[in-house]
Amino acid sequence: MPKKQNSTTTRRRFLVGTAATTGLAVAGGVLPTRFAIGAMAPIKIGILLPYSGTYAALGNAITDALKLRIEQAGGKLGGRDVEYVAINSEMSVPKAPTNTEKLIKKDEVDFLVGPVHSGIAAVMAKIVGKRTAPIMIVPNAGSNAVTGPLCGKNIFRTSFSNWQPAYPGGELMAKEGHKTAVTISWKYGAGIQMMGAGKEAFEKNGGKVVQEILIPFPQVEFQAHLAEIAALKPDAVFAFYSGGGATKFLQDYAAAGLKDNIPLYGPGFLTEGVTKAAGAAAEGIKTTLHYADTLDTDANRNFRSAYQAVAGRGADVFAVQGYDTGSLLLQAAAAVGGDVSASADVIKAMEQATFPDSPRGDWHMSKAHNPIQDIYLRQVVNGEQKLLGVAAKQLEDPATGCKLV
Amino acid sequence: MDLATFLIQVLNGVQYGFMLFLVASGLTLIFGVMGIINIAHGAFYMIGAYLAFWLTGVVGNLFLAIVLGIPLMVAIGYAVERLAITHLYHRDHLYQVLLTYGLILIFNEAQKLLWGTGFHGVRVPAILSGAVPLTDTLVYPHYRLFISVVCLGVAAGMYVAINRTKLGMMIRAGASNREMVEALGIDIGKVFAIVFSLGAALAGFSGMIGAPISSVYPGMGDQILIISFVVVVIGGIGSIKGAFVGAMLIGLADTFGQVLLPELSSMVVYALMAIILFWWPQGLFGRRV
Repeated sequence: MPKKQNSTTTRRRFLVGTAATTGLAVAGGVLPTRFAIGAMAPIKIGILLPYSGTYAALGNAITDALKLRIEQAGGKLGGRDVEYVAINSEMSVPKAPTNTEKLIKKDEVDFLVGPVHSGIAAVMAKIVGKRTAPIMIVPNAGSNAVTGPLCGKNIFRTSFSNWQPAYPGGELMAKEGHKTAVTISWKYGAGIQMMGAGKEAFEKNGGKVVQEILIPFPQVEFQAHLAEIAALKPDAVFAFYSGGGATKFLQDYAAAGLKDNIPLYGPGFLTEGVTKAAGAAAEGIKTTLHYADTLDTDANRNFRSAYQAVAGRGADVFAVQGYDTGSLLLQAAAAVGGDVSASADVIKAMEQATFPDSPRGDWHMSKAHNPIQDIYLRQVVNGEQKLLGVAAKQLEDPATGCKLV
Repeated sequence: MDLATFLIQVLNGVQYGFMLFLVASGLTLIFGVMGIINIAHGAFYMIGAYLAFWLTGVVGNLFLAIVLGIPLMVAIGYAVERLAITHLYHRDHLYQVLLTYGLILIFNEAQKLLWGTGFHGVRVPAILSGAVPLTDTLVYPHYRLFISVVCLGVAAGMYVAINRTKLGMMIRAGASNREMVEALGIDIGKVFAIVFSLGAALAGFSGMIGAPISSVYPGMGDQILIISFVVVVIGGIGSIKGAFVGAMLIGLADTFGQVLLPELSSMVVYALMAIILFWWPQGLFGRRV
């Protein structure tokens, strides 16, 4: 099976690329750049993301936005050119060690960006954490362990920990007066951790989780469990699915008539990027997440229009995470003038990075290298994530077990 | 579990079984008659779902989309048989697996180029958007009942076509003794082309009719393929009756496995397969070799 992915090259991107290259060539002829003589090698960014299967859209969104951010800053990191080495993770945990080793040892990348899948994140963090280089940046996978027991000096995350978007969701459910709830998710890292955080918050605020349903990943037959929920009659249901699974869950939940009787809550991924596909089934559902489409800031509006122009589709939270990964790389390389081999200084710059232009609003790194960020309360209204307010201000992951804290 | 819940779960299991039968019947037909292991069957299912999504967007109605989509699926099946499969009848199964695996890669890539990597939903036609109340909190969508009825219709239609028509006679004859059929002057190549096209159309049709409840997304064919093989193997490879019984068993086992043994639910169907193969190595309705 081919591992290198080049298939994301569309005609549009080819044209943009050609235009950019021509522009650079012209500019280069007039103004010799700083490294024109020294023939400095480009900074290598290894990318391990899914480009096929259920989560292909996530891999593409992250990659497109990451490249967009770096292009916006002139296409260079600290004055050096950038070379991307992308591998399709195929969402395969067994292939993760080989893929990671290949990027580190064969391609000798300076930065390693990935993954989407929490299981792969654990594999990568174990490999990278034993070394001083490269520096790993997680643009999605929320596994609590990556900035918990597996945290490391050279491991950063620009997305979220699974605990972060789920905990305020559990609080919300209790605050809205619900006393009993059923949790339902896939039986894998993200599902278990998010349901755990939701339950923790719900029960701390006086609620009681009466049943925890976990379905084998990535199965999407929900009928049996919907009948079970209908028989249990809880006040609310707390769910996490994403992508195609989320679309199907929302549709089945509505079609079984449960939506009108038992309100559905969850971390924002439940409704992220699927509102159009799920249609009326997603309407009115309240979720909590570190981003909302309709955040009313210049940074968000500018980002959304720029992303729409290059990617040809609307931005989502995954694109935001890719975009902020680009910002982090730019700041890290700028702080050391492109000499990214100076690891300690690069790490310091990354720890102190600021994101005033982030589409999600300002955030910064915790001691465990995980974003301290606002978690928003959103509701699906007319197919859009309408912002209702901030569910938790500058929320920090507990980072249980991290030796950096 | 009270009686009402039990009956609802039986309904869920049977309905899932019907869906599985629709997909698996094409697979078992192709193997039983032609001896071809077609692992691109899931890809046909996926193409069907995407066609339903695309054509529904164009013509505005799922039923019309299905009417337009079926000839397209037959054409795709026919083209694949004429251009690729036909060269492998006299070869080992391994060649067929390699070829049809290659087809999966091609179809997945084509899907990405044509429709991108997003998730899509297909709207249930307005006439079937209602639901039957089951309990005070649970309703059962008309569309799911409709699918069950259609699956029963397809099962009955296939039974009649295979047992009562001339084409069915040729198909059955071709399945049991290819050389003899050829010696009697029947163009077995033509029969095979028809069977393969029908098999592809069945897979595509299940993708289309299932699209509103399965939703449409990349890689959806890979998931259905494995469970279809389980159904076919349990029922006995090549037996339509077996595929029906196998699909019902798997549908019920999976549904009750999820409710009663949630910790082991991913294993239940495979455990059932192992038990059945232990006593009936040929599957429940498989031919003795």
